[in-house]
Amino acid sequence: MAEAAIAETPAAEAQAPLLAVNNIEVVYNDVILVLRGLSLEVPKGRIVALLGANGAGKSTTLKAISGLLKTEDGEITRGTVVYDGQVLNAMDPGAIVRRGVFQVMEGRRIIQDMTVHENLRLGAHTRPHDSQVARDIQMVYGYFPRLKERTGLAGYLSGGEQQMLAIGRALMARPRLILMDEPSMGLSPLLVREVFGIIRKLNEDLGITILLVEQNARMALEVASYGYIMESGKVVLDGTADDLRTNEDVKEFYLGGGGEQRKSFKNIKSFKRRKRWL
Amino acid sequence: MDAFLLQLLVNGVIVGMLYGVVGMAFVLIYKASQVVNFAQGEFLLIGAWVCWWTLTEFDIPFVFGFLITLVFMFVLGVLIQVVVLRPLIGEPIISVIMVTIGLSIFFQSLLNWMFGVFAQPFPRIFETPSMEIFGLQVQTVYVMSMFVSVAIMAAFAWFFKASKTGLAMRATAFDQQAAQSLGISVRHVFATAWAISAMVSAVAGVVVGVVNGVSSALSFFGIKVFPAVILGGLDSIIGAVVGGLIIGLLENLAAYVDVDLQWGNMQRIAPFYALILILMIKPYGLFGTRDIERV
Repeated sequence: MAEAAIAETPAAEAQAPLLAVNNIEVVYNDVILVLRGLSLEVPKGRIVALLGANGAGKSTTLKAISGLLKTEDGEITRGTVVYDGQVLNAMDPGAIVRRGVFQVMEGRRIIQDMTVHENLRLGAHTRPHDSQVARDIQMVYGYFPRLKERTGLAGYLSGGEQQMLAIGRALMARPRLILMDEPSMGLSPLLVREVFGIIRKLNEDLGITILLVEQNARMALEVASYGYIMESGKVVLDGTADDLRTNEDVKEFYLGGGGEQRKSFKNIKSFKRRKRWL
Repeated sequence: MDAFLLQLLVNGVIVGMLYGVVGMAFVLIYKASQVVNFAQGEFLLIGAWVCWWTLTEFDIPFVFGFLITLVFMFVLGVLIQVVVLRPLIGEPIISVIMVTIGLSIFFQSLLNWMFGVFAQPFPRIFETPSMEIFGLQVQTVYVMSMFVSVAIMAAFAWFFKASKTGLAMRATAFDQQAAQSLGISVRHVFATAWAISAMVSAVAGVVVGVVNGVSSALSFFGIKVFPAVILGGLDSIIGAVVGGLIIGLLENLAAYVDVDLQWGNMQRIAPFYALILILMIKPYGLFGTRDIERV
């Protein structure tokens, strides 16, 4: 059913998508089946959201694309990850970064005992270190003026600043596709808004395609043009962001219990999760 | 202050710098790949023997022999990492430690078998074996070693602060997976760490070999690096240098006590007394890092 929906993706009919994940199956430690036949497409220049509950396999999907799966004893046992006409399955993470796919990992993962500047330089590891890098660092400071003022170790930055540094570090690699894993994690609502504003700006200014994994479905569907919803290793629903926002099931599961009719404790108690989607 | 004590202090600083250099080499491996390398002393030994062999066998100028040694050690370091340690990635730390102890025994025996157990003097390298500085007799090679040590330390500082590979190494030391997400090849980083470590240790090995002659006693020099790096904190490069200096000075002060008070062999064991004391008071060492915790 997911395949049928993909054909309706607006950009799909015009050209091949920048990233196509075709029916992949991922196994950890040779036994634990995490993704079972997941497919999705990310058209060039778009922001696509990948939503789902904890443990649905969202992060695993991103790691399967970026090759980081191999660092965790995971393996793609079936299906292909095709980026820009190339199959990424067997490549190591370094080769994938060099091709322009960069994953901003969950929890920011900045190098805490280095300065902001050093972290940014690290982002450019796959490029030759020249004057271009210095210029790009200035560009990142342009997007995140707050980072420029921080001269101490990156570990002492606030959560929001660390997220900005993680995004800035990704920009240093000059990626064409950023895989962003939970940029809103642990941030205050105001900062979440700021970070999503930045994500939208990067997409508009630099034309970077973004695959966005989020718990905060409301915010994600605001910036994304298309969304996929995952459950236990599969895509169970997909559609344009507008369609998803108005979909009753999505409202119920991700945008907060059916809206206005929740008025008394009685209603909350009788509110029952639907176990099945279809 | 009497001249003898002053002489010992100068010796202490010079030897301490060498401890510091070998300590940095040790810390480099530990930081990058979390391997406690018990074969660090053997790197000194191998370096010294290779240099001695090229000099005596081919009768070439010291500089060339030294360069050949560095190239050899680079290759050896990469080889050991790739052949012996790479397959052990993911194994328990104790297995890896046992393997490095095994490496140490293997190289000791191999070198004893190849070159014999007797100390061999280096061919004469400097015109004047010792020079006078501020009224003190200092061996020329020690003066050289001072310069070499400082140069290596400066090179390390530059390497980790400014070079791409150095930054990649620090990132790998902090968070391997995050480093990989940036496109850093962890295999490459590990191999480079071993190669540099082997080379730098060999430099120290050659210097000590020129002073004392080349024999398996050189690997004991490597063992004394342990108190130095533990004093400084296992994962701190600066700590290794400071620890090395302290141990070097301590050892020579102990020698003074030995001679003056007729206490016997304090010189040999003083560093290890220091080691025990430090572990009791500061288990992380003087400069060892604890994680940054934001409150």
